[in-house]
Amino acid sequence: MAKMTLEELRKLREEKKQDLTRREVEGKEIQIVVGMGTCGIAAGAKQTFDAIVEQVNAAGLGDQVVIRQTGCMGLCYVEPTVEVAMPGMPNVLYGKMTKDVAKELVTKHLVEHKLLDDHIFDRPAADIMKK
Amino acid sequence: MHYGLGDYVLDITQNAVEAGSSEVAVELDESEEGFRVAIRDNGCGMTSEQRERALDPFYTDGKKHAKRKVGLGLPFLVEAIELAEGRWSLESSKGSGTKVEFFFPASNVDSPPAGDIPGLLLGLLCLPGNHEMLIRRSGPRGSYELKRSELSEAVGGLERASSLGLLKDYLDSVEYDE
Repeated sequence: MAKMTLEELRKLREEKKQDLTRREVEGKEIQIVVGMGTCGIAAGAKQTFDAIVEQVNAAGLGDQVVIRQTGCMGLCYVEPTVEVAMPGMPNVLYGKMTKDVAKELVTKHLVEHKLLDDHIFDRPAADIMKK
Repeated sequence: MHYGLGDYVLDITQNAVEAGSSEVAVELDESEEGFRVAIRDNGCGMTSEQRERALDPFYTDGKKHAKRKVGLGLPFLVEAIELAEGRWSLESSKGSGTKVEFFFPASNVDSPPAGDIPGLLLGLLCLPGNHEMLIRRSGPRGSYELKRSELSEAVGGLERASSLGLLKDYLDSVEYDE
């Protein structure tokens, strides 16, 4: 890609905005949170974050998805961890989400609305836990 | 230990952001001799006693995670630098901020690889919060500066995937001043 100035970046954004057929995103927003504590970083969370940004945009969901970083989510043993919240799907905390799994996350969870069974590490529901 | 240099930079910068800073400055300076990094913040800072304890991997102030017994960010960094025979310094004063500076020599085989620097810059800029962040990168090709508020305004915020995609394209191609 050719070198870009800040002014060109602004222009590019305006162009992309105009190109977009205005989709109704209200209430359909998908939220993805990547754990970026020391444990996450050591396990490759930075690469995971990059890969999710790339795959979400490649799938054409860029305007619908918000991606944030956070600290350690308490599951250091299965880093990188990624939390996904979207309408029509349960909130899931995925573990072992290396950059290679990012594509699967987008195609399966975000597009096909199927869970990635081997990567679910959410705490069990409170009502099935023994006190 | 972390794998790449960028992982250390991101980890320590996250500490700076989480210290309640309104301004964080990151300098990345690459030369034939090696890689120098300086991370400055105007956050809560540390007393000299806290500063000493921050280097102990089995110490944490317990604020971020109630039951956790470790704090590995700085200890990881110091271990890696000592292994690679680099240099580091940690200056901090309570209430006015912290500065972490370190250098990995290019000649030492144990210095971590620089890795994907645009990817690192994206991670740094997207650390959550309302702080300002200034990043200055310099190297054999020249130098450039990035200002978080300016970039955020240009791409329409730092959270939506479409904005982050644009920002990544920009970071991959940003112009150096000769």
